[in-house]
Amino acid sequence: MLVLIVVNSPNWEEVKEQFFNWRVFKNSFPDIAEAFKTNVKLFLTAEVFILVLALFLAVLRSLPGPVFFPLRVLSTAYTDVFRGIPTILLVYLLGFGVPGLQLSGVPNSQFFWAAVALVLVYSAYVAEVYRAGIESIHPSQAAAARSLGLTHAQSMRYVVLPQAVRRVIPPLLNDFIGLQKDTALVALLGVVEAFRQSQIESAGAFNHTPYLATALLFLLLTIPLTRFTDWLIARNRRRELARA
Amino acid sequence: MSGKPAVELEDVHKSFGRTDVLRGIDLAVAEHEVVCLIGASGSGKSTLLRCVNLLEPLDRGRILLDGEEITAGGVDVNRVRREIGIVFQSYNLFPHMSVLGNVTLGPRKALGLSRAAAEARADELFARFGLEDKRDAYPDSLSGGQQQRVAIVRALALRPRLMLLDEITSALDPELVAEVLNVVRELAKGGMTMLIATHEMAFARDIADRVCFLDEGVILEEGPPARIFSSPQEPRTQQFLARIVEAGRL
Ligand SMILES: Nc1ncnc2c1ncn2[C@@H]1O[C@H](COP(=O)(O)OP(=O)(O)OP(=O)(O)O)[C@@H](O)[C@H]1O
Ligand SMILES: [Mg+2]
Repeated sequence: MLVLIVVNSPNWEEVKEQFFNWRVFKNSFPDIAEAFKTNVKLFLTAEVFILVLALFLAVLRSLPGPVFFPLRVLSTAYTDVFRGIPTILLVYLLGFGVPGLQLSGVPNSQFFWAAVALVLVYSAYVAEVYRAGIESIHPSQAAAARSLGLTHAQSMRYVVLPQAVRRVIPPLLNDFIGLQKDTALVALLGVVEAFRQSQIESAGAFNHTPYLATALLFLLLTIPLTRFTDWLIARNRRRELARA
Repeated sequence: MSGKPAVELEDVHKSFGRTDVLRGIDLAVAEHEVVCLIGASGSGKSTLLRCVNLLEPLDRGRILLDGEEITAGGVDVNRVRREIGIVFQSYNLFPHMSVLGNVTLGPRKALGLSRAAAEARADELFARFGLEDKRDAYPDSLSGGQQQRVAIVRALALRPRLMLLDEITSALDPELVAEVLNVVRELAKGGMTMLIATHEMAFARDIADRVCFLDEGVILEEGPPARIFSSPQEPRTQQFLARIVEAGRL
């Protein structure tokens, strides 16, 4: 239906030429695919730091007792701030701001600062995911661990976190998908990644097909992960039902 | 009662907000003695056991383990908990670990035993309590009775000097109760010092050296099971036991 409306629209021929030009597609694809490696690299690097930093934040926030109140507040403030700032804004701020300061001893690579921006934002989200996981583990599990003489840290490490992380893998993967797409934001800084490359190609060819090529590359990356995430969620649900 | 006390509670008070749960508990359990706590639901049995394991801080009073005050400030609670095993009503096994993993976690991480030493210790216990074939199983594939036996073995793996058992059979189907109680009998025979909260009066009568009736946060009456169950002195004890008999549980 939708296809029919689109194909029969008065301007279809022109749009087809502009967006679905096979020749342009073929010509631009290799360079865009090459540039896409930057997205993948950015995504993989950022993800590693996000997972570690977020876990650290979530654990800080779960520390018990009044002694750790300041650390809990700090962790909470962090997640509030970085979840509240639009990602695009932070990419701008860090990507143009920090190299602009020309500080010595600080990397000036825009790729670096783009990665930092993504790590800051996404670790705030992922910390919340971890935290939800930690809180979903019944306190009797920690009590059982403590009753065996394990310290708070040990009971976190061996009993609470392994269960919590397992439980939040699906929502974590959802955040990964978001991160993969957001790697395109670094084009704003002039970093040549797939989206920026497709802008270049499209300007050169007076044609928009390169954007389609980029979209396709993103889909190739995100769809398998989306399918996998759904499969995991369905499997978890089956297991919960089997247990109940 | 004979022998020197393994654990002593002196004037123990505990409240949650405005509910006074324990209102002056004095109780000494001698080495190798088995003491059963009975009393209505909400009378504070679980709270008492949790206080002994330092899972709840006291409001007043003190608790001594082998003469050492464990409720004093500066005491290493993890060291104390290694000396005291506790088993809960709801097993609380770690679902992401095999039976072996559950049982060796404490010895390895809290006692610092090597994996081999911890496993040797576990295997010894599995043999003693008929769990050899469950060694590599995961908790969710076990029956409730088996899970509870594993929970007991997990606590025993630390070689505690005192075991606290909190209603360990009340989450079980009736046909699974016996296998768990037999484990406790075996422990009593081996001379384990135990403080047991239970609704199983027949079991308490059978296994206890002494029975304490807990009522409104105090030990209202205590004595050998034969006397408590056949000729309770306090009217409240009589009422409680009459209700139990009515329910067909004695
Ligand atoms: N963490 C807590 N916070 C608030 N109130 C609590 C807490 N733990 C126990 N209580 C209250 O303390 C009272 C005694 O509870 P406790 O679990 O010790 O009783 P019990 O004798 O073990 O009962 P049961 O036979 O039902 O297990 C109850 O009124 C209970 O609601
Ligand atoms: Mg209880």
